[in-house]
Amino acid sequence: MKLVIIGNGMAPGRMLEHLLESAPGRYDVTIFNAEPRVNYDRIMLSPVLSGEKNYEQIIIHGDGWYIKNGITLYKGHKIVAIDREAKTVTSDHGVVQPYDKLVIATGSVPFILPVPGNTLAGVLSYRDLDDVNAMLLAAQSRAKAVVIGGGLLGLEAAAGLEAQGMDVTVLHLMPTLMERQLDPAAGYLLQRAIEDRGIKVICKANTKAILGEKKVEGVELGDGRIIPATLVVMAAGIKPNAGLAKEAGLATNRGIVVDNGMHTSDPDIYALGECAEVGGHVYGLVAPLYEMARVAAEHLVDEASTAAFVHSDTPTKLKVTGIELFSLGDFADGEDRHEIVLRDASAGIYKRVVLKDNRIIGTVLYGETADGAWFNDLKKRQVDITDMRDTLIFGQAYQGGAPLDPMAAVAALPDDAEICGCNGVCKGKIVGAIQEKNLTSLDDVRAHTKASASCGSCTGLVEQLMSITLGDAYNPAAVQPMCGCTTFGHDDVRRLIKAKSLKNIYAVMQELEWTTSCGCAKCRPALNYYLICDWPGEYADDYQSRFINERVHANIQKDGTYSVVPRMWGGVTSAKELRAIADVVDKFNIPTVKVTGGQRIDMLGIRKEDLPAVWADLGKAGFVSGHAYAKGLRTVKTCVGTDWCRFGTQDSTGLGIRIEKFMWGSWTPAKVKMAVSGCPRNCAEATCKDVGVICVDSGYEIHFAGAAGLDIKGTEVLGLVKTEDEALEVIVALVQMYREQARYLERIYKWAKRVTIDEVRRQILDDLDKRNGYYDRFVYSQKFAQVDPWSERVSGLHKHEFRPMATIGTADAAE
Amino acid sequence: MSWVSIGSITDIPRRGARCVETPLGKIAVFRTAEDRVFAIEDHCPHKGGPLSQGIVHGTAVTCPLHNWVISLETGKALGADEGSVRAIPIKVEGEMLFLGLAVSADRAA
Repeated sequence: MKLVIIGNGMAPGRMLEHLLESAPGRYDVTIFNAEPRVNYDRIMLSPVLSGEKNYEQIIIHGDGWYIKNGITLYKGHKIVAIDREAKTVTSDHGVVQPYDKLVIATGSVPFILPVPGNTLAGVLSYRDLDDVNAMLLAAQSRAKAVVIGGGLLGLEAAAGLEAQGMDVTVLHLMPTLMERQLDPAAGYLLQRAIEDRGIKVICKANTKAILGEKKVEGVELGDGRIIPATLVVMAAGIKPNAGLAKEAGLATNRGIVVDNGMHTSDPDIYALGECAEVGGHVYGLVAPLYEMARVAAEHLVDEASTAAFVHSDTPTKLKVTGIELFSLGDFADGEDRHEIVLRDASAGIYKRVVLKDNRIIGTVLYGETADGAWFNDLKKRQVDITDMRDTLIFGQAYQGGAPLDPMAAVAALPDDAEICGCNGVCKGKIVGAIQEKNLTSLDDVRAHTKASASCGSCTGLVEQLMSITLGDAYNPAAVQPMCGCTTFGHDDVRRLIKAKSLKNIYAVMQELEWTTSCGCAKCRPALNYYLICDWPGEYADDYQSRFINERVHANIQKDGTYSVVPRMWGGVTSAKELRAIADVVDKFNIPTVKVTGGQRIDMLGIRKEDLPAVWADLGKAGFVSGHAYAKGLRTVKTCVGTDWCRFGTQDSTGLGIRIEKFMWGSWTPAKVKMAVSGCPRNCAEATCKDVGVICVDSGYEIHFAGAAGLDIKGTEVLGLVKTEDEALEVIVALVQMYREQARYLERIYKWAKRVTIDEVRRQILDDLDKRNGYYDRFVYSQKFAQVDPWSERVSGLHKHEFRPMATIGTADAAE
Repeated sequence: MSWVSIGSITDIPRRGARCVETPLGKIAVFRTAEDRVFAIEDHCPHKGGPLSQGIVHGTAVTCPLHNWVISLETGKALGADEGSVRAIPIKVEGEMLFLGLAVSADRAA
């Protein structure tokens, strides 16, 4: 049997999952996707726009999934005609595909205001990844943007654009924001929170025209006001995309009319998703769409199935980081209705529950939404709340005496309480899956139940369920907090520093709600590194957040003295350099001189007070700091290569020096040691380094992710490149990728294991755009990093470090 | 006890420390993010590390040698570690800092 699906959004994707699970191999499946890509999580477009996620992270089914399941996916093929007589569909590229069963899932199209100028360049909608990419491109100008529509989509778009640095104004036709989901009081709080982020909001704004010659220049309102803008995003609503079905002669109204088994007026054709109209309703939130997917799959498996789609209210949440908002059901005033309201102005909390006949029919929560699931459950089960009416608004924790801890609150939920609204997963299903399949990680639970796998806002609840079910066997610290000052792990902190444009340590601690006033010795150096890496040229290095070694550019020893290692480029030195070192050793009575493993010379036992003078003398001989103390580039070890060696295939010494001169001074998450060997005999021991090069006749084999310390591990081969220039580019891009992604103190081999060798190879070797991007960012940051710290200190910077504040001798103290 | 002037609070970086040399050894003088000042012996109770070189956070300092955390208020090791260093009285008058040092009898000891 041939099953053809038009559209590759979330609803048909979910339908296929059900179908493959209950009747694998029953259908020969072909999908036509007008978008040139695989199935991704459209709910997560807002985090992509705000920079908190990227496209790869929101893919639901990658290419491999289609191959594994034998599904033919035509990317970038739009179906232009359905021939119901011949039972074929035709794509705009001329592919004609026969079907036995057809599923139409064409989704919706944005509603474009019928005003002059609505087709100008710079007018976008907000539907798919192309729109997001166009917005990200426009945002680079840091110019002005107008978002038309103050509903869910519009506000998420506005917050995303603002996070990308644009000056954003939201125009909303109605008097308060999100009026379909929020009452005016919550709408007001929301408006204030949005405005606090620097987004301007104009309500009762009637858009009259979009102005501009060829490109957008501004928006004119009904009252004559003109708002300048170079980008206009239309987010004024969506309408079902039913055109194709209508042309094929299927019954349509607002959407494609289907019965509660998802059949259209043609028994061999189904419709589901935003394009379908069931019982007079059309839907735009994911939960009912997934329900349609389940029903359609059952009917595709068994034509006699009685599975039926039933209308239900879906709670609404806004996916804007830092704004907590929950809305459910009907909350209009009415004679037969009562309401209970709780306000806490200073905490910015507003809660309202609307009752009819002592049962909840609607709920609005703003500022604190933890009880949303509980209210939803009471509403769904139509619980008579008479007995708890006095305390209802305080939430579940206050029912029945003493406040419960959140864990107990979750434990008290009935089995059919909905935990994940997006995927319609109830508590019983999650607990059952954990027990039957011995699931121990959040990712496993997501994979098996889909709970918290879409928007992720119920992740906390799912984790609590795991704790309750597994007891001590569940280790929620799968994400280890950075330190005792925060609950965020390193990855979240790095992501939020970028997403929220946090540019100093105090901003990070404030915005991410650090529990200590100024951090600790674990988080401060990490934050300092993340900020230096992410905002080169903007962030000023915080010396007080560096370990002493990086503060005085020498290594502290067990007796409080220091060791100093000057750079010897590629391990090559000269009589002049050696003589200067010998002079310094004599002059300052340095007790120990030692050759290091990284091919340079270490002077040990220098008193802190002497450091500036030692550096001054070394500097006169042309030495710069070897950063032997730094979470940064240490050494590039080399062999003598074609200069001397009878086996050498390339100029390994020259390449090593070139790499070291290019990359010295850069800060990295942990130390980075490199080596270049001139032939596979590998005398420079490049295959246990963070990054290594083995020169061969045909070019340069780039290695990385080796270790020879606490762990011993041979390197992985990244790939072979032909020229020295390319070798340098690849190495620089690799190190920059590591700089941007790794956790503080995480060596390259640990980071690479986490992100996988293949992913590194894909981004650095295969994707030239990515490689160039990393390379350019590294080069930019070097402008601010390649300053010799020793000469800075010699010239007086931080001189207080090296002198006592006061010396109290007998005479001084005699007063 | 006599109060000895050691300089201005602005000589010390916030979240940092400077040393004062005395006949009794080095004393580390700390200035916190909130401009509170403390003085303790510059000698970690663990292995004698120079506490003045550590990272200052809240009213504690982490030793640069083995990461012991020492309270600036009491001189005691925090967390699971046990040990303490002597806290030295210090007072601020305007911007000026004064260390309270024991008188000669003590010094001679």
